[in-house]
Amino acid sequence: MKPPIPEITDELEIGEQVYQVTMVEIVHGIIKKYGSNPTRLMDILIDIQSEFRYIPPLVLAEISKELNISNIDIEQTISFYHFFSTTPTGKYTVYLNNSAVAYMMGREEVAQTFEREVGCKFGEVSADGMIGLFSTSCIGMSDQEPAALINGKLFTRLTPFRVKEIVRDLKALKHIDEIIVEGLGDGANALPEVHSMVQNNIRKKGPILADGYKAGEALKKIVKMKPDDVIAEVKASNIRGRGGAGFPTGMKWEICRNSPGDEKYIFCNADEGEPGTFKDRVILTEYPKMLMEGMALAGYAVGAKEGILYVRHEYGYLQKHLEKVIEGGRKKNYLGKNICGREDFDFDIRIQFGAGSYVCGEESALIESAEGKRGEPRDRPPFPVESGYLGKPTIVNNVETLCSIVKVIVHGAQWYRSMGTKESSGTKVVSISGDCKYPGVYEIEWGFSVNDVLEMIGASDVQAVQVGGPSGTLIAPNEFNRTLSYTDLSTGGSIIIFGKHRDLLKDVVLNFTNFFIDESCGSCSTCRNIPIHLRTKLEKILNARGVDKDIQEMLEWAKILKASRCGLGQTAANPIVSSIKNFRPLYDQKIQHGKDFDSSFDMLKAVQESCDAVSRVPHVH
Amino acid sequence: MENQKPIIATASLAGCFGCHMSLLDIDDRILNLIELVEFDKSPINDLKKFTRHCDIGIIEGGCCNSENIHMLKEFRKNCRILISVGECAIMGGLPALRNGIPIRECIEEAYWQSPSVKGHNPEMILPNDQELPMLLDRIYHCHEIVKIDYFLPGCPPRADLLYDALVSIITGTEMKLPYEVIKFD
Ligand SMILES: Cc1cc2nc3c(=O)[nH]c(=O)nc-3n(C[C@H](O)[C@H](O)[C@H](O)COP(=O)(O)O)c2cc1C
Ligand code: SF4
Ligand code: SF4
Repeated sequence: MKPPIPEITDELEIGEQVYQVTMVEIVHGIIKKYGSNPTRLMDILIDIQSEFRYIPPLVLAEISKELNISNIDIEQTISFYHFFSTTPTGKYTVYLNNSAVAYMMGREEVAQTFEREVGCKFGEVSADGMIGLFSTSCIGMSDQEPAALINGKLFTRLTPFRVKEIVRDLKALKHIDEIIVEGLGDGANALPEVHSMVQNNIRKKGPILADGYKAGEALKKIVKMKPDDVIAEVKASNIRGRGGAGFPTGMKWEICRNSPGDEKYIFCNADEGEPGTFKDRVILTEYPKMLMEGMALAGYAVGAKEGILYVRHEYGYLQKHLEKVIEGGRKKNYLGKNICGREDFDFDIRIQFGAGSYVCGEESALIESAEGKRGEPRDRPPFPVESGYLGKPTIVNNVETLCSIVKVIVHGAQWYRSMGTKESSGTKVVSISGDCKYPGVYEIEWGFSVNDVLEMIGASDVQAVQVGGPSGTLIAPNEFNRTLSYTDLSTGGSIIIFGKHRDLLKDVVLNFTNFFIDESCGSCSTCRNIPIHLRTKLEKILNARGVDKDIQEMLEWAKILKASRCGLGQTAANPIVSSIKNFRPLYDQKIQHGKDFDSSFDMLKAVQESCDAVSRVPHVH
Repeated sequence: MENQKPIIATASLAGCFGCHMSLLDIDDRILNLIELVEFDKSPINDLKKFTRHCDIGIIEGGCCNSENIHMLKEFRKNCRILISVGECAIMGGLPALRNGIPIRECIEEAYWQSPSVKGHNPEMILPNDQELPMLLDRIYHCHEIVKIDYFLPGCPPRADLLYDALVSIITGTEMKLPYEVIKFD
């Protein structure tokens, strides 16, 4: 695609009329839509990116002028997110998932077919500027891989044959919504405002995902209660955060309620970036009312009037659906002013989309991002409950946590505690993918063993199970009797099954390590550097050049990562450390025994470039 | 080591000689050191070749060219204990700033573009004599090339650290590493 010329760039249809508008006019329109508010920079950039399919550098000056922030401020935000680009990404932009599960399900062939049919490599745009091919981290479709996002629309279960059809349609300039799909997905995926082929794959329902949820029931109940009593009920349920860290939710709410300040905020964390996790996507699709009721509940309990639902960019296809639910909530007076007739209870929700970044799921990075900045985690303390969004006390809770609390309020803490185990009350919605018959979403009580899970999902010949995504633990069959709970195997919801035929080190551990390298925000020198050295060592071992000392050094260096600022860096060595611990023979098979040092240095390769530069024949002896 | 003095060799690879300077900075203790050891191949005595097998090799600087690699391997062959001294040897140091920049660009900058050469190389010559060492694609840390036994950090490591380390190795005593010695900010 030729970069659009700054003058006439687009046609704007208003009714029957078609107007020619300039790029600058479009940008001004977008900025105005967000009230020229610099904290809404993310939204402004997202709109510009989707309008032009890149962010033309010459609009930076306009944004800078209108928002009264520096060019550099804008550039650093742009450069942080995967889905922003300052060079054209094609009229159609393909983002193909490169997660471990995508590879297991045939990504390689799909990628090759894309490259052949489009005529360019991944990371490039076709010569005519029509189609751009890019890789991206897990897009939350692990139960229907390989999957790709094309101009925001999801294409799942791709095969080489399907790719050929899709590329043919793209070349025929079809509108993205006209491109054939085999059929729409189940449930709300088939609604006109979603119109997606994504499947929910809900395989097991528990009290949270149960049918028969009545919107507003919990709200009607709490408006008769004192906020402190709501918090007391949440505390009594013993519920802990479902986003991974497992912080007691009642305590979080209490601290926030007691933090001084008259403006407070409720964030729902729907960033769901941990590879292999997709349960929040299903909740957003099927239970958005419950989620928003949970946010309003939290607002009532801590005294917040505004809620922000932060949704990962990849789930942008749910935007209209979610907006419609918010609109519906306002009509029913479950959102807005004087909710359920209670005078002092105002609460409303806006949606904030991300732009592609795993670390934005970390709560303080999430807040930074929603303020229009790079998604870099903050130093803590102060914690968000004291100083969060715009410096005000803020609660960040996972999608599932908020839904669970709605049920706690409706049925009572006592009821909730009767499920699960003593320390881990209630149920957990898990996302299961990989080598099994029935990948999908399951709601199970805490306390299930891995064996129970494997039986439930139809998995046999299992070599390993990854519990809790790449930042979790890779366990071997001798530990399959361990249980899912906060005290044993904690998980934010991702469980990935690897069959006997998988090459764990290459296909899984290396892939996960690459994921952390790609997603590090780069603030801490530990997290920015050590995973790269770990990868070099791992590759050395995979290339049969490793020695025992390499394994020892990996374990030593991994310890240093614990000094990192956020969970990403702190867990970045987990794939390597837990595979060394639980699958040591895989390493021992690959290293050279009886040798205490091996430099994998290759002189000929190392001098090739400089010799070429000065036209010299390398002589190596 | 009982009957004869331990023998030390030193080398500066891609370094600035600052680490060697630091070694000389031990003031009058250098007299003690001379009592304790003998020097073989080293820029300090200008001995160009190893004359015997050594006990301790001290390496300053990382590897930026083929010559550095040969020298480092030579040291490994000829020294019982090899120590990486200073930021450059351990992590590449200042020279590693070129890592990530294409070699061609570096060479053009050095021989065509930089202020001291601009206009003085009308034939646009780039040195390519077979006698010259070949540049490596990046700076390599010494421990990527050979096994290194000890690392002494710093830029340069303090004279005290170098002296104490040598004395500890020679006398076989444990080295004291107080916080101040390994703290750099
Ligand atoms: C790198 C990183 C990524 C995270 N991603 C998510 C996420 O996608 N969703 C989520 O709910 N929590 C995520 N978290 C955890 C959040 O920081 C936070 O603990 C959570 O949203 C709190 O909600 P909860 O108490 O309801 O679990 C992430 C943490 C880290 C360190
Ligand atoms: S640990 Fe990594 S991701 Fe987290 S703040 Fe530090 S550099 Fe950023
Ligand atoms: S570590 Fe410092 S003093 Fe030593 S060679 Fe490098 S730059 Fe010079």
